[in-house]
Amino acid sequence: MGRRTDIETILLIGSGPIVIGQACEFDYSGTQACRALREEGYRVVLANSNPATIMTDPDFADATYVEPLTVEVLTAIIEAERPDALLPTLGGQTALNLAMDLVEAGVLDRYSVELIGADAEAISTAEDRQKFKEAMIEIGLEVPRSGVAHTMDEAMAIIGDIGLPVVIRPAYILGGRGTGIASTPEEFEHVAANGLAASPISEILIEESIAGWKEFELEVMRDRADNQVIICSIENLDPMGVHTGDSITVAPIQTLSDVEYQVLRDAAFACLRRVGVETGGSNVQFAVNPDDGRVVIIEMNPRVSRSSALASKATGFPIAKIAAKLAVGYTLDEIPNDITKKTPSSFEPVIDYVVTKIPRWAFEKFPGTDGVLGTSMQSVGEVMAIGRTFPESVQKACRSLEAGHTGLNASAAEARFLAMDDAELAAAVAVGTPDRLFQLAESLRRGVTIEDLHHQSKVDPWFLDQLSIVVEHRQWLEAQPTVASLSRADWRRTKQLGFSDAQVAYLLSESGDDVRAARLGHGVQATFKTVDTCAAEFEANTPYHYSTYEDESEVRPGTKPRIMILGSGPNRIGQGIEFDYCCVHASFALRDAGFETVMVNCNPETVSTDYDTSDRLYFEPITEEDVLNIIEVEKPIGVIVSLGGQTPLKLADRLPAELVLGTAPSSIDAAEDRDQWAAVCDRVGVPQPPGATAIGASEALAVAEQIGYPALVRPSYVLGGRAMEIVYDDVELKRAMTALGQDGSLGREGGLSAERPVLIDRFLEGAIEVDVDAVRDHTGAIAIGGVMEHVEEAGIHSGDSACVLPPPTLAPAVVDELMAITGRLAAELDVVGPINVQFAVQRGEVFVIEANPRASRTVPFVSKATGRPMAKVAARLMAGASLDDLRAEGLLGPDPHPPHWSVKEAVLPFNRFPAADALLGPEMRSTGEVMGVDLTPGLAFLKSQQAAGGALPGPDEGAVFWSLADRDKEEGIEAARVFAELGYRFVATAGTAEALTAAGLTVDIAVPKLGEGGRDAVALLSDGEVTIVVNTPRGRGARADGDYIRTAAAQQGTPLLTTVAAAKAAAMGLTESATSPLQVRSLQQLHQEMA
Amino acid sequence: MSEILPAALVLADGSVFEGEHLGAVPQRGIASGEVVFNTAMAGYQEIITDPSYAGQIVTFTYPHIGNYGTASDDNESRGTFTRGIVIRDLARRHSNWRSEQSLEAFLIGHGVAGIAGVDTRRLTRLLRDAGALPGAFGPLVGDAATTIEALTAAAAAEPGTDGVDLVAQVTTESPYQVGSGARRVVALDFGIKTAIVEQLASFATVDVVPASTPAAEILARNPDGVFLSNGPGDPTQVPYAIATVRELLGQIPIFGICLGHQVLALAIDGSITKLPFGHHGANHPVRNERTGEVEITSQNHNFAVEPESVSARADITHINLNDGVCQGMALRDVPAFSVQHHPEASPGPHDSAYLFQEFDRLMATGG
Ligand SMILES: Nc1ncnc2c1ncn2[C@@H]1O[C@H](COP(=O)(O)OP(=O)(O)O)[C@@H](O)[C@H]1O
Ligand SMILES: Nc1ncnc2c1ncn2[C@@H]1O[C@H](COP(=O)(O)OP(=O)(O)O)[C@@H](O)[C@H]1O
Ligand SMILES: [Mg+2]
Ligand SMILES: [Mg+2]
Repeated sequence: MGRRTDIETILLIGSGPIVIGQACEFDYSGTQACRALREEGYRVVLANSNPATIMTDPDFADATYVEPLTVEVLTAIIEAERPDALLPTLGGQTALNLAMDLVEAGVLDRYSVELIGADAEAISTAEDRQKFKEAMIEIGLEVPRSGVAHTMDEAMAIIGDIGLPVVIRPAYILGGRGTGIASTPEEFEHVAANGLAASPISEILIEESIAGWKEFELEVMRDRADNQVIICSIENLDPMGVHTGDSITVAPIQTLSDVEYQVLRDAAFACLRRVGVETGGSNVQFAVNPDDGRVVIIEMNPRVSRSSALASKATGFPIAKIAAKLAVGYTLDEIPNDITKKTPSSFEPVIDYVVTKIPRWAFEKFPGTDGVLGTSMQSVGEVMAIGRTFPESVQKACRSLEAGHTGLNASAAEARFLAMDDAELAAAVAVGTPDRLFQLAESLRRGVTIEDLHHQSKVDPWFLDQLSIVVEHRQWLEAQPTVASLSRADWRRTKQLGFSDAQVAYLLSESGDDVRAARLGHGVQATFKTVDTCAAEFEANTPYHYSTYEDESEVRPGTKPRIMILGSGPNRIGQGIEFDYCCVHASFALRDAGFETVMVNCNPETVSTDYDTSDRLYFEPITEEDVLNIIEVEKPIGVIVSLGGQTPLKLADRLPAELVLGTAPSSIDAAEDRDQWAAVCDRVGVPQPPGATAIGASEALAVAEQIGYPALVRPSYVLGGRAMEIVYDDVELKRAMTALGQDGSLGREGGLSAERPVLIDRFLEGAIEVDVDAVRDHTGAIAIGGVMEHVEEAGIHSGDSACVLPPPTLAPAVVDELMAITGRLAAELDVVGPINVQFAVQRGEVFVIEANPRASRTVPFVSKATGRPMAKVAARLMAGASLDDLRAEGLLGPDPHPPHWSVKEAVLPFNRFPAADALLGPEMRSTGEVMGVDLTPGLAFLKSQQAAGGALPGPDEGAVFWSLADRDKEEGIEAARVFAELGYRFVATAGTAEALTAAGLTVDIAVPKLGEGGRDAVALLSDGEVTIVVNTPRGRGARADGDYIRTAAAQQGTPLLTTVAAAKAAAMGLTESATSPLQVRSLQQLHQEMA
Repeated sequence: MSEILPAALVLADGSVFEGEHLGAVPQRGIASGEVVFNTAMAGYQEIITDPSYAGQIVTFTYPHIGNYGTASDDNESRGTFTRGIVIRDLARRHSNWRSEQSLEAFLIGHGVAGIAGVDTRRLTRLLRDAGALPGAFGPLVGDAATTIEALTAAAAAEPGTDGVDLVAQVTTESPYQVGSGARRVVALDFGIKTAIVEQLASFATVDVVPASTPAAEILARNPDGVFLSNGPGDPTQVPYAIATVRELLGQIPIFGICLGHQVLALAIDGSITKLPFGHHGANHPVRNERTGEVEITSQNHNFAVEPESVSARADITHINLNDGVCQGMALRDVPAFSVQHHPEASPGPHDSAYLFQEFDRLMATGG
């Protein structure tokens, strides 16, 4: 059939900011799609509000719009670009929903844009749970008994028939938001109400609960000739009831016979046909009753999904790329298999290894949440590991997590589980939590039988037995006198079961180095196998490798000098897609410069783990042992550790020093270690906030005595302000210190440990925070990437606050000073490569908060705002080039003076954690970011709010709620005045109301405090009378006041501004937008304007 | 699992693989045969009981084997004909509601030996490049202990499957009847799989007869059609069957699968080649040349029909998209067609099941 020639320009919609349930897997799929479509000679127009993505690099599309993903904006883009087709199936639920909105708004008809990949009818059949069930019953597939409700009364009627327990799920939502299992009438009322609220069309499905059944997923591809293939089959270790996104999953399916598997396969094909998925990848989920094999279909996603990313990495079959080609008319047999080159894509990959995915959560950052897994997804990232067997695979996955485990227990992190008594443990394994896997292993160690454990946890006995094989070998190891007593055969078995040298060291209380030496002494070395889609039936050309311990290694010697890039591991709050962006850019730049690039990472969602991003890909845990193994076979001339966040940085001084490219490990320490850092600042002559280190509460109190309150308490060597707190008095300080003292969550993260003292700084109140990103070369020349002024004041983590580039309010003299200091610090630390410095400017006085001699979270944003490829430049500098060289090459242009303003805004996951306070603070909690670009700071800020989903409603839609801390009242009133001029009505808490009235502003309602009777803020919010909330709490301590207001706002999805600065920026934007109509600009256009 | 017996596999080219013994203990401690691999990720029991594997040692490329145990419903014949299995890891405990016994118990019960703990990927890569090789394995310790030398000798002595009539070893001794459908089918048993018999029996009364049954006897059962089954080894080793088919051609509709397909080709003076490695898996894309549709198929053969050699009388109806090998043909002058792959799957996808309906239709119209 071949590629369609009747379309030229294709609009691709990205998935927007990283949120829980929709992470960087859609950067992977979007990037693949952009590449594939341009390969085919189409003109690609891309819309995505997320600046941290690789897909939004100007090089990946012909026109790249980093603009809010709304119908209004998309319409403007369509108007400007006139695409012939819209491909909505690679941008997650966001793109799919947006496409539906555009259809309903008649926009696609108006501009005659064809929806390709999936048509509206298919999308609604799959997404509308009721329609879907009817369709499935129609083709003879079984579904859980259920009913649909739009009101509580309807809901009650339904459980009348099907009884409890039930699962409640809203229509049109992703990641299972607002879903849950209800076993009691009380639970039912609660969950049903949430569900109705969460669904954009307030529709919920109430369904018989089949929690405890086995859960399976099939990744299917279909072309327009109705050829269908299964790319990957996945089995969930966690049974039904735990969202697949929160489940430990294993590929391929382990516990079904071919007879049963073929039934699922036929059902999946029937499902796609009935739903009418035209072309592309879909994901179909099944549940199977372990007692009688009864099969029910749970849902299907008519688009590339999180599991598609996993399936692609697990098999080597590039689902997103192929989906894009199918959408433009090819059939599967017309597309060659990239990996074998010889065979077509119309086949079903087979694998000869076991893949394990384990999610990573961030509950510790959301106090008040219970950390229990359910039908609504809560994880923020995941790791994948490849091993020849499940024991090896699962152990590798455990150590990839960077959660303090060096495998399946047998590490210091198991202390928590050893401490539980048998009854606790038995109760614990019955509930899905981040710890369950480790608790299962501990139960087995205590001799709990597989029958009992299966009964408690519903985890399949096959998996439990495999875990038991690991545990039994652990016990055998423990019984060995010394590491010397292990024979070659013992070592082979130990390593084949996935044990890390670190676990062996722990069990035999030997040093890691001795263990490694002993192992290598027996010649037991990692062998590297290849992911080839065909279990070695055909020769593979793609060097996509994983380690195991067998006879034969398949790594071929390279030709060019090789540089190894260490990735950033699992996404987590504080370390996400930004760092993958940097690693991928480094790979591209170094490849262009004639090096062979070797990527090491364990995150299946990323572009870095695509087999064609780098010359060689090692899908491996990023630990000392695993990295050294790869260095042994690849013999790189250098290793880049400073682009993947803290993960590789932590390894810097464990690697051969001569191999670490760029800034020396010693400088990295100098920047992290409190005393060395203080010395650096003194030498360079920049003031730091007064402060000192303390071990234990009494020392801390002494420090506070000197520097005074408020003070900022924090551990060293952590990212994202982990466990950082602002305390206002001795009581709070004591509490904070004890919290840090305990193992708490930090021990797990490998962040805080007893020997690392706590830092206590003077908290600079009301200071403006500024980020500066720069790069320095080996000659000492420096180039500033960007100076970013934060909207929120210092005290709100840089990752959580909006920032503006260039700085809108800072005096030029101050900006110059900041750049100068950055230069001096970079020189003092002898930085080669990237550096990020964070400042707080208090009443014109400059303080340095910290410097990171590594790529920062803001690198992608800066690159997009200025057109400067900071990560590429940094990589080249580390590999020996000078800034002059790069200028000569043209990689680095003249210093940019953007004629426009760019605002980065953070996106927070509070709607997923209703129990947590939605207040911003020094601990970072945002999962993603968006960018707004426009001609004035105000307009840009407004766009950023829109993009973040907080578009500010107009004056006629409702009132603004004001509740200001005393220190904010004065400035708050200025902002309020502007809102008043725009015609907004006000409600306010008593004190604020007084202040506003005193300033001559009208306040309709003075809201009584909670419990004082009368209609309080929460009521006003839920009645929709209040549509904007401005609430600046008194202080940012642990139990900050007004949290009930913020929580209500977060739940209602009402725009919430927690700082006066934000309120002012919003006011400015609203005023300007009243007079200037919406304008969209592509990055290519913007960067043109700068040149 | 009983405690570990170190074992080894030696190939005719001298390469040695370490492992552990599993399953039954072979006579004289050595199991030998032609070593092949299969890439199907599930369906080990069907493969082990498939008569087409007579004379062969099967390597499973998927590392975990035995996870879901075994169930008598999944047997593909009255017994097992493989000479042994080579795997990476045998499930210590199986888990599945359908299963009746563990794979290990099943192997011991059927006297099949195996070797586990082998770097099966290294072995597969070797076979991929060298082609199927004779080999021998056995335990290196215990009462039946053998030696690397003995294994090397056994591997060298192993004839492989060329030039051997393996069909005679697997075909039924006496005719038997299955099903009660309206149509009457006589199935020539070259090593027929149960799944095929069941497919035919779903619409016909099937007489399964020995491979050597002469044409006259077949016609005497006045069938509506004759089926030529799958089977092991080299089709040139069953001249009697080729003669029978030549005689039947034109008198009655014929449908052949796998070896049956090759026998049909030889009956019209076509020629057969041995493939470098052959096709052994459940994921092979085959294009139906008539509809253009792609079927994912189950495959297990080392020999293939030379397309040009049959083009005078037959159209090529199916082609393997991986390597262009002929997967199916239909005779132009008489009602007869055949495929190289396995529409009955077991193990594998059901994509090609429609071929049985085509046979039914062919019988209805008499061609
Ligand atoms: N009827 C049910 N009983 C028990 N658990 C269920 C049921 N339906 C779904 N689940 C669980 O909820 C999770 C999310 O359901 P799903 O339909 O996949 O929604 P989403 O669109 O969020 O993926 C599933 O992965 C499964 O574990
Ligand atoms: N002395 C201080 N006064 C006011 N705010 C501070 C001070 N030190 C840090 N902060 C705030 O805490 C946040 C996190 O601190 P930082 O040192 O940047 O930790 P991280 O390494 O996690 O980024 C900063 O972004 C800033 O907003
Ligand atoms: Mg789902
Ligand atoms: Mg910081």
